[in-house]
Amino acid sequence: MKRFIIKEFLHIFRDVRSMLILFGMPLVQVLLFGFAITNEIRDARVAVVDAVPDVVTKDLRNKLFASGYFTGGDILAGQHEIDERFRQGDVKMVVVFEPEFAQKLERGENPVVQLIADASDPNAAKLLVNYATGIINGYNRSLGTYPPQAVIAEPRMMYNPSLKGVYMFVPGIITILLMLVSAMMTSISIAREKEAGTMEVLLVSPLKPISIILGKVTPYVVLSFINAVSILLMSYYVFGVPVKGSLLLLLAESILFILLALSLGIFISTVANNQQTAMMLSMFALMLPTILLSGFIFPIENMPAVLQWISLLMPPRWFIFIIKSIMLKGAGLTYFWKETLILTAMTGVFILASIRKFKIRLD
Amino acid sequence: MPEVSITGEGVGKSYGTTTALKSLDFTVNKGEVFGFIGPDGAGKTTLFRILTTLLLPGSGKVRVEGYDVVKDYRILRRILGYMPGRFSLYHDLSVEENLRFFAGIFGVDVRENYHLVKDIYGQIEPFAKRKAGKLSGGMKQKLALSCALIHEPVVLVLDEPTTGVDAVSRREFWEMLMRLKTGGITIVVSTPYMDEAMRCDRVALMQQGNIMTTGTPQSITAAFPHKIYRIKGSAALNILSLTRKMKHIRSAELFGDAVHISTENTDQAPTAAEISQYLSAQGLGRHIISEAVAGIEDCFIDLMKQPDRHV
Repeated sequence: MKRFIIKEFLHIFRDVRSMLILFGMPLVQVLLFGFAITNEIRDARVAVVDAVPDVVTKDLRNKLFASGYFTGGDILAGQHEIDERFRQGDVKMVVVFEPEFAQKLERGENPVVQLIADASDPNAAKLLVNYATGIINGYNRSLGTYPPQAVIAEPRMMYNPSLKGVYMFVPGIITILLMLVSAMMTSISIAREKEAGTMEVLLVSPLKPISIILGKVTPYVVLSFINAVSILLMSYYVFGVPVKGSLLLLLAESILFILLALSLGIFISTVANNQQTAMMLSMFALMLPTILLSGFIFPIENMPAVLQWISLLMPPRWFIFIIKSIMLKGAGLTYFWKETLILTAMTGVFILASIRKFKIRLD
Repeated sequence: MPEVSITGEGVGKSYGTTTALKSLDFTVNKGEVFGFIGPDGAGKTTLFRILTTLLLPGSGKVRVEGYDVVKDYRILRRILGYMPGRFSLYHDLSVEENLRFFAGIFGVDVRENYHLVKDIYGQIEPFAKRKAGKLSGGMKQKLALSCALIHEPVVLVLDEPTTGVDAVSRREFWEMLMRLKTGGITIVVSTPYMDEAMRCDRVALMQQGNIMTTGTPQSITAAFPHKIYRIKGSAALNILSLTRKMKHIRSAELFGDAVHISTENTDQAPTAAEISQYLSAQGLGRHIISEAVAGIEDCFIDLMKQPDRHV
């Protein structure tokens, strides 16, 4: 056993590709998702139709463009230009003030600010309109003179008040990486033994299946754990993502998820006879569902019922829920013991299945 | 009666519709070097995988050291030393790391058991830090053998250990096996090289999943029923085609740069002088013809040609 584990570590440390996946990938992914791939919008180009500028419209425009969300501020000659500018593609939203804005306001009438957004990217359009509405509502309240509305919605974004995308991505990245490193790497490394013929020699030795599996898995438990910790550290220090709940609990749940992913990897390798198959299976059976069906990118609530059912079977779904609860909400085990139990059961099933399916012979 | 190490009774194996082994019977005695000789596809590897508990026999029974390969596989996996056809080493591990690993999985200590492999491992020890993948074929073979021996196996199973290895290393390898044999270990070896058969105590000639004959190499060659002539000349292919046209010639085969022809056992069969005359008459230049003693390869080809072997 000891020799086996040492051997596995040597395999990993001597293989440039393994090392890159293990240690390069987390770095790149976190930085990529944190900096480059983001669903926040900053500096969107916005144009303005303001036929008769006055104090109020100027004031509103200043407020809009000082927010940091919008840039540009080109004044269009009239509504007829809007279509043209959208087609050119540089302007994402146009703010239209009706004429005699200030006068109407003084007379107690309700002047209208029209927000026209390019909804060919619906999410971006919605976000822009929301930002702008928020700023205009704020201006309303600051006026005071403006007759109060009967019902005022007062939104408050809990757990992520500034709606930072990185809060959302860090749990997802940890999940994806643990899945990738643990499942794919173990399944490939077992398949490699089969491909190289060394499995034959391992089988004609007193090693029990459980020893072979444990020997394979142990190094990856350690390395994946180091990985998870480094992602957490990086997201804390670079992006300021907090860990509100118990760090210990978070790490313990991570280990549980690592074990689950590893047992999945072993299970895959009992089916795959070469590295290529192992890789394809891990990719399609694990990676894609992890990304698509776990709620990491696409909200589960919006999926068709069938996919929602399938997503129940996806281990990442439960793990992402747990990890978000701990990191962002500071929740404790009482809050997600059910999810933890589901993960534990899944791990048990896969470990048992892989030990049973592990072939003690070649055919 | 010598003590028996391995017995096979009616051992068969098929993969789907292809039959790899038909129904083999054989015994290997304790302490002998037993060779399974045959070309690729004869079923040697399948048979060896059954011997080493890696495959279940489709039919029949195999016992190794008294243990059944199906039921007692756990015990057998402790006492077998197995070297698969491809040298199954970890190419990214160094020579000594490989040896240490294989000692480790058998729960033995390299230092304690070093005497077992000293003779062989000593030759590659200067390269202990080199990666196994960077070794030459002969060195890989020595390392693989050391790894198979480090746990003091009772039976050593070597599947084509000399394939892909240069001539010098092949000879060295057989010398190593001869020395190992003096320690009393039973060695089962397979090879497609007929010349290596003579090194074995006993051999089984295999062809298309059958054992054609079993015995000491000497008894097999002595049983060869025909006269053999060896012809050496500058145009071996010409000799081949010319002699094949002669009457009462059973076979003419190319052996390296010479042609072996065997004649029928009749009075009309041509003598050496008559063959030589014929060849000269057909315009063939200088050649030497001599009567030869049948080798294993002659026997093999002869057995292969017997029609009842192609069932």
